[in-house]
Amino acid sequence: MTTQAARRRSNLTPGFCVGVVLTALIALLAGVSFLWTPYDPTLILIESRLLPPSSAHWFGTDHFGRDVFSMILQGARNSIAVALIAVGIGLLIGIPLGLWAAARRGWVDEIVMRSNDLVFAFPALLLAILITAVAGPSAVNAILAIGIFNVPVFARLARGGALSLWTRDFVLAARVAGKGSFAISREHILPNIANVLIVQGTIQFALGILAEAALSYVGLGTQPPSPSWGRMLAESQTFFALAPWLALFPGMAIVATVLGLNLLGDGLRDLLDPKTRVER
Amino acid sequence: MAGQFLQRLMSLSLTLLAATIVIFVVLNIVPGDPATFMMGLNADPQALAQLRQELGLDLPAWQRYLEWLGGLATGDLGTSYTYRVPVVELIGERLSVSLPLTLMATALSLLVALPAGIVAAARRGKLTDAAIVGATQLGVAVPNFWFALILVFVFATTLHWFSAGGFPGWDEGVGPALQALVLPAIALALPQAAILTRVTRSALIETLGEDFIRTARAKGLSESQTLRRHAMRNALIPVLTILGLQFTFLLAGGIIVENVFYLPGLGRLVLQAITQRDLIVVQGVVIVLVAAAIAVTFLVEIAYMLADPRIRTGRT
Repeated sequence: MTTQAARRRSNLTPGFCVGVVLTALIALLAGVSFLWTPYDPTLILIESRLLPPSSAHWFGTDHFGRDVFSMILQGARNSIAVALIAVGIGLLIGIPLGLWAAARRGWVDEIVMRSNDLVFAFPALLLAILITAVAGPSAVNAILAIGIFNVPVFARLARGGALSLWTRDFVLAARVAGKGSFAISREHILPNIANVLIVQGTIQFALGILAEAALSYVGLGTQPPSPSWGRMLAESQTFFALAPWLALFPGMAIVATVLGLNLLGDGLRDLLDPKTRVER
Repeated sequence: MAGQFLQRLMSLSLTLLAATIVIFVVLNIVPGDPATFMMGLNADPQALAQLRQELGLDLPAWQRYLEWLGGLATGDLGTSYTYRVPVVELIGERLSVSLPLTLMATALSLLVALPAGIVAAARRGKLTDAAIVGATQLGVAVPNFWFALILVFVFATTLHWFSAGGFPGWDEGVGPALQALVLPAIALALPQAAILTRVTRSALIETLGEDFIRTARAKGLSESQTLRRHAMRNALIPVLTILGLQFTFLLAGGIIVENVFYLPGLGRLVLQAITQRDLIVVQGVVIVLVAAAIAVTFLVEIAYMLADPRIRTGRT
């Protein structure tokens, strides 16, 4: 076995493995929901309302008699879609902005960084609530509201990483060879900061899941009849004393997803960052 | 240092000014006319026009912005469309719930995070460290409004130690009011405590690897003396930063938790104002929270300058 392979294996911590398993499991459940759910998650059957967990309804039923497990499966897909696209917005807008700021410096840098400061001055959840309230509550607007906050996160990270690389010899060599800022940013800078961006991506993904749940909880995220974990929790509040499973399972789904992504992110950082790599 | 201080003050004032523009623009493209909302869809057009004039809604947007900005400078945030009382008064009233809640949550998170972070760093790589780090992973992953629901179920519905929600007001005495804030504060503090523990731990671990710590140990200081006198002081800078960022996050993050507990705080005020299209209140609450965020950032930076001579003198 090569030294590098041994070193990598030593970084496969239990946390990282748990992260991979949890994330894969949630992604699998979300994927399965496209093809199959035990019941139709929107099917209202009043006669079977508030049934406790059983072999027929693994996670019980809610006050409309809907199957909680089926709702959680479909909710997974909604939460993941919202958070994933929101991270995509951050990556697609933030990274070019950060790279541009680092390559051009001067007024471009100043404008990009000051705009970032402005977004950071707003408490994230408050602005997300404002945006969804103004634009109307929907999953698409929730994506935009969460995505806006991902832009400065990635812009700042890309700029910071790029700035230190611009002074390195291999970048100077590329400049001497006649490459322009755009080509250097794309071919030399971006591959070198990709690791940090991927790690941050998993963290922002996890934060996106939490933000979507919070927005849906106050009625500003995914709209009925499409199930969402946050709204399931909001609806469970009235029946909590009577049917605690209504709040238990969606909450556990959120925790499992966020925990999985965070562990995955931490593990990836250990694996990819030479500074934290365990030496043997 | 004075130059640095003034430069930062200027830059943050500009951020605040830009924030007023963003808030005003965002809220003025909101669909739905507050006057129509207040009087109903079948309102008499003449009465509607009169109300619009009364609320100043007939003025052009730029004029309304300048009036609002002028008011802000003198501490006047306008009058609520629905409550018909000055917005400043409303915010003050709600802050009497949200501010103590935030302070309690901050204190709680510090109370848990500092000892936990120090123990984890001191016992790095041992079982205690792994347990603390594992607990923080879980703490970050739990949505605070879900944790709030569980707290209500266990401590209010089942054990009856606390009330499930509502706020008796400070007039009923400090005891009952504080008691109503205990569960919300715990719910708010959990994720913050987890983040703060991780920051304290990693900042301490980094500091413990520095040369001056080896020197401190070499000159015969005990482990706890080294931690207390040398490591902790240096590790405090990132901890302070996160604490500062968290304060405004908590103040705004209360929006959701206040809803779980039906607390009459800023968060509930802003959500109600949004549904009632009481935009002048929304505008007021948001700018107060943004100003608080900016002020806290500024205070944290001053604390840096005082704590770290390298930042103070601009040398590294």
